[in-house]
Amino acid sequence: MFVKEITKRYDGKAVVDGVSFEIPKGKVLSLIGPNGAGKSTVMGMLSRLIARDSGLVDFEGTEITRWKSRELSKRLAILTQANNVQMKLTVRELVAFGRFPYSGGRLTQEDNEIIDRTIAYMELGDFEEQFIDELSGGQRQRAYIAMVIAQDTEYILLDEPTNNLDIYHATNLMRIVRRLCDELGKTVILVLHEINYAAFYSDYICAFVNGKIAKFGTVQEVITKENLSDIYKVDFEIMQIEGKPLSIYY
Amino acid sequence: MLDIRFFDLLTGSVKTWEIFLISRLPRLLAILCTGIGMSVAGLIMQQLCMNKFVSPTTGATISSAQFGILLALLFAPGSTLWGRAAFSFVCAVLGTWVFVWFIQRIRFKDVVMVPLVGIMFSNIVMGVTNYLAYKYEMTQALSSWLVGHFSTVIRGRYELVWLTVPLVVLAFVFANHFNIVGMGKDFSQNLGVPYDLVLFMGLTIAAMITASVVVVVGSISYIGLIVPNIVAIFKGDQIRGTLVDTALFGAVFVLVCDMIGRVVIYPYELPIELIVGVIGSILFVGLLLYRLRHGRKAVRLGKAAKKTGGAA
Repeated sequence: MFVKEITKRYDGKAVVDGVSFEIPKGKVLSLIGPNGAGKSTVMGMLSRLIARDSGLVDFEGTEITRWKSRELSKRLAILTQANNVQMKLTVRELVAFGRFPYSGGRLTQEDNEIIDRTIAYMELGDFEEQFIDELSGGQRQRAYIAMVIAQDTEYILLDEPTNNLDIYHATNLMRIVRRLCDELGKTVILVLHEINYAAFYSDYICAFVNGKIAKFGTVQEVITKENLSDIYKVDFEIMQIEGKPLSIYY
Repeated sequence: MLDIRFFDLLTGSVKTWEIFLISRLPRLLAILCTGIGMSVAGLIMQQLCMNKFVSPTTGATISSAQFGILLALLFAPGSTLWGRAAFSFVCAVLGTWVFVWFIQRIRFKDVVMVPLVGIMFSNIVMGVTNYLAYKYEMTQALSSWLVGHFSTVIRGRYELVWLTVPLVVLAFVFANHFNIVGMGKDFSQNLGVPYDLVLFMGLTIAAMITASVVVVVGSISYIGLIVPNIVAIFKGDQIRGTLVDTALFGAVFVLVCDMIGRVVIYPYELPIELIVGVIGSILFVGLLLYRLRHGRKAVRLGKAAKKTGGAA
């Protein structure tokens, strides 16, 4: 999967301006950058949720908008930030929606097994019959991720999945992301605000500034004192912990 | 007022059978169709608009349907029931679409704004209807559709309400689609569900159900608002799981209201709209108080209660 020269304008102003990159298969890629750098918009265009003004998004050799929506939803899943939390659905019912692209709501035996496995994988068994609007933010986020996992796609896109989560839940979530990649061989693309989560849990990082790519590369290549100071316009110190470059800013 | 006893039906008196088939059975069927139809229409609208206070009443569907009937009376005075229904269908569908298009464009921060806007919109449509009715001296003719009642339901004049049955079946078939669309546009697209298409199809189904009830029975408020909400407290929002309960509860609710309406000032009867209005508003206030006191916590039943240790 790669994007070429994608551009998005709102009211004549380019929010994403001629961005091109290739997504490394079977790896975790994090999109970072300051507010308004265009990370989420790029994510939206990658997942066909946001229409492009120009450029190309190639998914498995075919332009993404030419894919049949149903077929694409078996290969690429996206979880956006704004989700309806009002709905009184049980965790299990929500996870079952992940099977919709396959069976259109009539769950087969296989679907039910996948749902069971996913619920166990995400450790949601204790509240699978509870309504999602009664869960804590962390539990609910896990339920949504479980739905995306049940969708069983090769590519998983998560837009700021750690938002509104405390340190415990956010860290757990990042571990799950790592496991999705390492154990299930998924390609995961994240939009993240916390640089250290990106540095510690991803393989590649793509940093945006003003709608353009500032740096793209492995974690070690991108997370340096000079790069981060350029991107965020504040002073950084980098420390190597467990072989990962973690940053301190002040 | 004739007494029809079950025993007379069994002994095969022709006259009793005639009355039964011409008046009593149609009335019962109309009541059931109304209860099922209005509550399912409300359920669909609440899901698709992501708002628990939207219903055929608060979404301008009923008033648009009435406007359609007025247009039929004005422009095609000799039209049959089906002719009027056609006018009513078109107006109800258009009115509902305009309302939803409007609330989607504005994107209110407060959920209560949506039904308020619906009520205002509905009142504007009603105002135009009333103005035209006065101007062309149609108020008398129109009044029959403004207040819902079952007293004119007889064989040959109510069959249109059966349309609700295939429409409700259709709603059941697409229940999962409605659920997913109710989760939002991005959510639907992620699962490969065409958001706009399903939204408009669902609204059209709800509007057609409403219109077919309004044409035969007249305006009936509250059912579409109250019944789905009460069922959702106990059963949640998964439409496949709640649609049958919602339909049955709606049918029983209207049936009970009808019986009350026929008993209160026996041998005369009160219009169903009045009874539903009184009972419905009390239930609605109760519902609001319940929400205030218990938040959005659900009452748990059966299996779920055992697993979670019976919360609330």
